[in-house]
Amino acid sequence: MTLTGRVWRFGDDVNTDVIAPGIYMKSPLQELAEHCLESVDASFASSVQSGDIIVSGKNFGMGSSREQAAQVLEHLGVAAVIAPSFGGIFYRNAFNWGLPAIVCAAVNGIEMSQRIEVDLAGGSITNLDSGISVASDAIPDHLMGLIDAGGLVPYLEKKLKD
Amino acid sequence: MQQTIAQKIIAKAAGADYVSPGDIVTCAVDLAMIHDSGGPRRAKPILERLGVGVWDASKIVLISDHYAPCVDAESAAILKLTREWAAEHNILNFYDQQGICHVVTPERGHLCPGMFAVGGDSHSPTGGAFGAYMFGIGATDMAGVLATGETWIRVPGTIRIHWTGTFGPGVAAKDMALKMCAELGMDAGDYQAIEYGGDTIAGLGMMERMTLANMAAELGAQTGIVEPDETTAAYVQSAGADPGDWQAFRSDEGADYLTTHDFSANELEPQVAAPHSPSNAVDVGDADKAHIDQFYIGACTGAKLNDLEMAASVLKGRHVAPGKRLTVAPASARILAEAMRNGTMQIIMDAGANLLPTGCGACAGYGVGTLAEDEVCLASTARNFQGRMGAKTSKVYLASPYTVAASAVTGTITDPRDLLGDAP
Repeated sequence: MTLTGRVWRFGDDVNTDVIAPGIYMKSPLQELAEHCLESVDASFASSVQSGDIIVSGKNFGMGSSREQAAQVLEHLGVAAVIAPSFGGIFYRNAFNWGLPAIVCAAVNGIEMSQRIEVDLAGGSITNLDSGISVASDAIPDHLMGLIDAGGLVPYLEKKLKD
Repeated sequence: MQQTIAQKIIAKAAGADYVSPGDIVTCAVDLAMIHDSGGPRRAKPILERLGVGVWDASKIVLISDHYAPCVDAESAAILKLTREWAAEHNILNFYDQQGICHVVTPERGHLCPGMFAVGGDSHSPTGGAFGAYMFGIGATDMAGVLATGETWIRVPGTIRIHWTGTFGPGVAAKDMALKMCAELGMDAGDYQAIEYGGDTIAGLGMMERMTLANMAAELGAQTGIVEPDETTAAYVQSAGADPGDWQAFRSDEGADYLTTHDFSANELEPQVAAPHSPSNAVDVGDADKAHIDQFYIGACTGAKLNDLEMAASVLKGRHVAPGKRLTVAPASARILAEAMRNGTMQIIMDAGANLLPTGCGACAGYGVGTLAEDEVCLASTARNFQGRMGAKTSKVYLASPYTVAASAVTGTITDPRDLLGDAP
């Protein structure tokens, strides 16, 4: 599976409180999504487009287990999140929502608004602006199964039927 | 093969004799703890879509704490849905606004050494204080557990954090936790298992161990576990549960650790973490004299009975500084009752505190006690991420209940030892 998209670039330790702010957690998803990452980049929620890819520093999604952090990104059309490491709960939540979370140590050369191509199965990320390719960690098979199914719920739906 | 306690519990839950770090295994879940925010309101549509009920109601503990007390029609509806779901699925272990899940679950005897437990909240590592392997998962993951009774786990390596020595008066486990965040960083845990040990830990009561295990989340670990001992067994028994064969759940001599970090409690100073990360912690003497609007003693991390007693030891005979507010939200109804019985609450209220109902409330910015734009809070909670406690321009400093209470008296960040040694 290959994804091509425009990059949103963030720093280290982006936490789930800023991805899905607590004061909007009881609001409908659409309203919560409007405040996604607003304290980090006020333009993100209104400007992000379907197919865009987040490239971040280490420990993306640390903190609260609220899976709305993964859900709002998926809702806003984010196609994948790439980082050198992830908060462990967010990492699981992302795949449960069919959002690939890709571990890649070599994100330094990737800048805001560049276009990249991500080969999920092959484990590579190509910067289409600079032409440079870097390796990413392979997505474990059982998590690739969740991506293929479209998330944990459709995966379980099929499993329970079989 | 020698194993750590984390490996032993996961192996048991996976039905294996031995598991290696890095293995991906499916485990049977002994306990699933859910709350009103990530629980029924998220699980209900998923279970309905899957056409199944819960796998075993007796292994589910449901606690309304995030939207407790409700403050508007939306939060009231969430609590109502939670009650209706509990009735529909015959969840007998349902605690409606009786306190915060991480505190109520062990308090009511639902946690025992050796359990493989999941919680629908990131501070679920708190259960590690009881020698359980307990970790947080998201709501869809949890719905999968509720439907099937199992979940996958990548067997973690174990990081040993070894504390020796004794900390002085006015210093607490919260200071140990903040010190570790500063020294090791927010991703030191690498989603592995932290095992806390050493004579300092052995000498701590269960409440203080809970604070350490709780903030394993801030270190980025999957859980923070303390090997069970007589102290654990006594607590579990007093909560009405059977500690079982707790001696079996200890790490073997010669078990393999990813790394070991050594800390000394002897020199530990009270810590204060500036916004917006617990890893900003410094000794209280080096903390900036920030303007503070609200002093908050609350949350699973910082409002257990001993936390309230720490605050009272500083507040006794004193009063909150003019123009400041000290807000206190006990971590459970039982804790509040006990603090009323033993005089702790009287001291806190005489000092001019305002009391909030038990619940997660202000800590997560969900309910009562939240911050307005540009307001600053000094809190005994675990997290001070940007906007965590309310408006996005609000700020949070973190400290122990001692330090929060002492600072509320003077109106600015203050070393609690200055007041403890000089009782009025």
